[in-house]
Amino acid sequence: MKSFEYSAPNTIEEAIESLGNRWGETEIMAGGTDLVTSLKQRITAPQRVVSLKNISTLREIHESSDLIQIGAMTTLADLSNHSTIQKHFPSLVEAARSISSPQILNAGTLGGDLCQRPRCWYFRNGYGLLAQNGGKSLIPAGDNRYHAIFGNDGPAYFVSASSLGPPLIALGASVSVVGADGKSRQIALDDFFRIPKSESERETSLKPNEILTAIHIPLSGLNNSVYEIRHRHGLDWPYATAAVAFKLSGSKASDVRIVLGHVAPTPWLASKAGKSLEGAEVTMSSAAHCAQSATQGAKTLSGNAYKVPMVKTSVKRAILIAAGIQMKG
Amino acid sequence: MADAKWPKAGDRSLIGKRISRLDGPEKVTGSAQYAYDVNLPGLLYAKLVTSAHAKGKIIAIDLSDAESSSGVKAVWKDEGMVGGEIRYVGQVLGAVAAETEEQATEAALKVNVDYEVQQPQVVDSDSQFATGRESKRESGDIEAGLKEADVVAEGKYGLPVITHCCLEPHGQTAEVRDGELYIWPSTQNVSRYADGMDDAVGIPRSKTHVDCQYMGGGFGSKFGSDKWGTLCSQLAKETGRPVKLLLDRNIELMIAGNRPSAYGEFKVGIKNDGTITAFQANVWGTGGVGGYGMRWLPYIYEKIPHTLVTTRGIRTNRGGQRAWRAPAHPQCALLTMSALEDAAAKIKMDALEFFRHNIQLTDKPDVYLEELEIAADLIGYKEKSHLRGEGTPGSVKRGLGISLHRWGGLGHPSECDLSINPDGSVTAEIGTQDLGTGARTVIAIVVGETLGLPIEAITVRIGRNSYPASGASGGSTTVGGTSTASRLASTSALNELLKIVAPHLGVSADALEAKQGVIREINQPTNAIQWTDACSLLGTNTLVKRGVNDRNESRAKGFIDSNVGGVQIADVSVDTETGIVTMNQMVAVQDCGLIIDMKTAESQVFGALIMGITSALYEEALYDAETGVMLNADMEFYRLAGIKDIGNLKVHMMTGKKYEDRGVIGLGEPPVISPAAAISNAVANACGVRVPYLPLTPDRVLDALEKGGIA
Repeated sequence: MKSFEYSAPNTIEEAIESLGNRWGETEIMAGGTDLVTSLKQRITAPQRVVSLKNISTLREIHESSDLIQIGAMTTLADLSNHSTIQKHFPSLVEAARSISSPQILNAGTLGGDLCQRPRCWYFRNGYGLLAQNGGKSLIPAGDNRYHAIFGNDGPAYFVSASSLGPPLIALGASVSVVGADGKSRQIALDDFFRIPKSESERETSLKPNEILTAIHIPLSGLNNSVYEIRHRHGLDWPYATAAVAFKLSGSKASDVRIVLGHVAPTPWLASKAGKSLEGAEVTMSSAAHCAQSATQGAKTLSGNAYKVPMVKTSVKRAILIAAGIQMKG
Repeated sequence: MADAKWPKAGDRSLIGKRISRLDGPEKVTGSAQYAYDVNLPGLLYAKLVTSAHAKGKIIAIDLSDAESSSGVKAVWKDEGMVGGEIRYVGQVLGAVAAETEEQATEAALKVNVDYEVQQPQVVDSDSQFATGRESKRESGDIEAGLKEADVVAEGKYGLPVITHCCLEPHGQTAEVRDGELYIWPSTQNVSRYADGMDDAVGIPRSKTHVDCQYMGGGFGSKFGSDKWGTLCSQLAKETGRPVKLLLDRNIELMIAGNRPSAYGEFKVGIKNDGTITAFQANVWGTGGVGGYGMRWLPYIYEKIPHTLVTTRGIRTNRGGQRAWRAPAHPQCALLTMSALEDAAAKIKMDALEFFRHNIQLTDKPDVYLEELEIAADLIGYKEKSHLRGEGTPGSVKRGLGISLHRWGGLGHPSECDLSINPDGSVTAEIGTQDLGTGARTVIAIVVGETLGLPIEAITVRIGRNSYPASGASGGSTTVGGTSTASRLASTSALNELLKIVAPHLGVSADALEAKQGVIREINQPTNAIQWTDACSLLGTNTLVKRGVNDRNESRAKGFIDSNVGGVQIADVSVDTETGIVTMNQMVAVQDCGLIIDMKTAESQVFGALIMGITSALYEEALYDAETGVMLNADMEFYRLAGIKDIGNLKVHMMTGKKYEDRGVIGLGEPPVISPAAAISNAVANACGVRVPYLPLTPDRVLDALEKGGIA
């Protein structure tokens, strides 16, 4: 990796001051599980790395009667071991634990999970976020087995790598961002993720000199779950995931939100699927129907059609798990 | 006098027992020093400059920016490559050596290479690219054989290029001191690692010292020093400082060897009673820029009366193939076992019954029948088996699959010096290497057994080219070669010692034996002398004897043999809604002659099963067709099985007089041959449809289910 200046400020204000206003000049380091690899792979070669590890407020978790606020530097291990989170958000615990690697769980952070760069192998092989060679995307005619089936009108075809993003969006989470002026603003997590339109943009609405400081999740009594389809039982990237959250009154579902992971450049809100379950009784057949509608609008590339049945299966199974219905077979 | 012949079952104190490997603690605690761990004062780090493109020409290589980069001590370019042809990404063009690894990486990136880029060809799954010379082999009359059949099963099968993916990459640390070259490589071939380096480096072999005490996997890819090894030595000579050059993971996966792919179209003729009449195959694949051959078709059932096999290679712009644990056997097993099992399924015949029914078409029916029975018992075949696709309802289907394999494994030429010192200490020296398989332990067991001493009493020195020469560890030849050489050396030394001891015990040397730490009269064990007291009779002289394994002689005398058989059965579950294949259980039954160490033998098989499961479910070197870049040259998308992915593994080693009387036979390759074939058959048995191509990834499984009208 290229030599860089390392800074580990004690306050958010100092951290903001240390950041440049152009992408790539400076990089923020949380747990470093993605950044260090990216530095080694030359995905980025910043002049300065700003570590947030000394800012203790970023690791705090605050609870009120209707909200839990989680500091962005909370490790995935601490997140999944937190009693309130375990009690209310099995989807978050499952999503974090599915990462499987104790090293990543102990070092990786919630904020880092949301801000990590995509794993697109063209990106990681130096062809840029949009995987272009001579101004043309390599993906439509290339090996796109792990690429997007939603939100893939181009020029971005990668999938968001975030594990926690889908269940957090399903739970209606928002994030706090501190900007260059030192002021904090709150954004719905769904709006935090963006599909970049050019190589100079990134995958979130963060600016180069802004810091994600906290995640807020309403405690609204939603049943929730996540279902990941991945090949290895240990550390591996999922092919597709589905996160669901709904209020269950008797056996009827309301406030249904279904969010897909690893199938689009952002966590992908499957609104039609959510609507199809809204007010319905949760059964094997309504779950299957909802799962079917979650695949609507999918646009497969040459090598990723298999993700469509995976979306169907993951949505169906996530709904059944959230409703506590035993799956057969 | 002691007889060098292997002791009979009742006379063995160490051979065949379960003995933990001697270097286990060093490896587990991290004190074992591998090539990368060799750190010397003034050490420089070297990095390769490699081609970024897969095909084209090199117009110029400009070193000036790299030379002025910070910390750089030497920069080298391959002048021969200027104007030369690029054949794959990662081709070595030059190297830099610098004070730190980061500086070397930085400087290597600053070497400016001017290319004339051409369109590469990396596709190997399409027969239209098979332009190599056709090799054709036939027996009988294929048309007649197919006509004779009641049913002809047709199928397409294939498996991709995979890499060796050694956990320890290729490379070495080197130092030139007082005109002599010292090398610490990762190699499967200590005695001859430095062959060819003398001319390039300008230091004769007699002044070249190779030292490899531990290594982290080779699997057939680490026989030579390679261009990078020679470069490392040259840079050490040029700078006068020690230099470390080990490949980065991405380069390791691209250029340090791979296993050729194999795809094919098959026809199997079969009678209604299950008798195979004909086997026809048209096979192609790639060894990258290397050669191509798939010699063993049909596999195991090689006496099928009517066969026609054609094979053709595809030259691709990928790194060259190297021997990969049991070269061509896993591919031929997968292709053959899939085609045969599909034929059995077509006539609705149980696979086990089918493989047995045709066992006379193999070269050792009795061994396979015995092994099939044991394997079937261990997996619970009777209770679990069902005809293809006729398993339980529900979305998760379970199935069993069988495969058979064979291997040679004749011990290689090897020499051993055995020293008995006046203080009673014993040292064995062999220029062999321990790939992690237990070579050290095996030698200690053999010497200890021969001298009647515990293994702790034996010092085993291996891993240096100054020791008596031993063959490369390839082809499952090490255990036969080293065990015989050390048996012969220690028997010969013991007999010399017995001659010295005999007068003190008042008997002839013929009447003595060495057991349980004493030398004693065979017929009157109380007439004995302690080992150390016996050795003190040597006075000031160390007794040194050399043992030489001559393959033909040792085979004739029953020390070693070749040609083993094995059977494996896999038990898998297939989630038909996600395409995920899960290993439940895998059973391996293996013959390998006389087993020296039961524990390391079983470990060898466990390791092979895991490697085979990995190749069945995960491994594939993926290349981008437009750029020729390997897309998964990492350990993120070049997936290897983890502990949760392998299911329950059971190993059964064949023992008993019939097997043991054959002498020692190698075990490295045979158990890695069958796993993929057995797993592929199990998946077909589970979900009712053949997934034609490995690895059995969910996309392929879902695709096969959809085409088969099942999903």
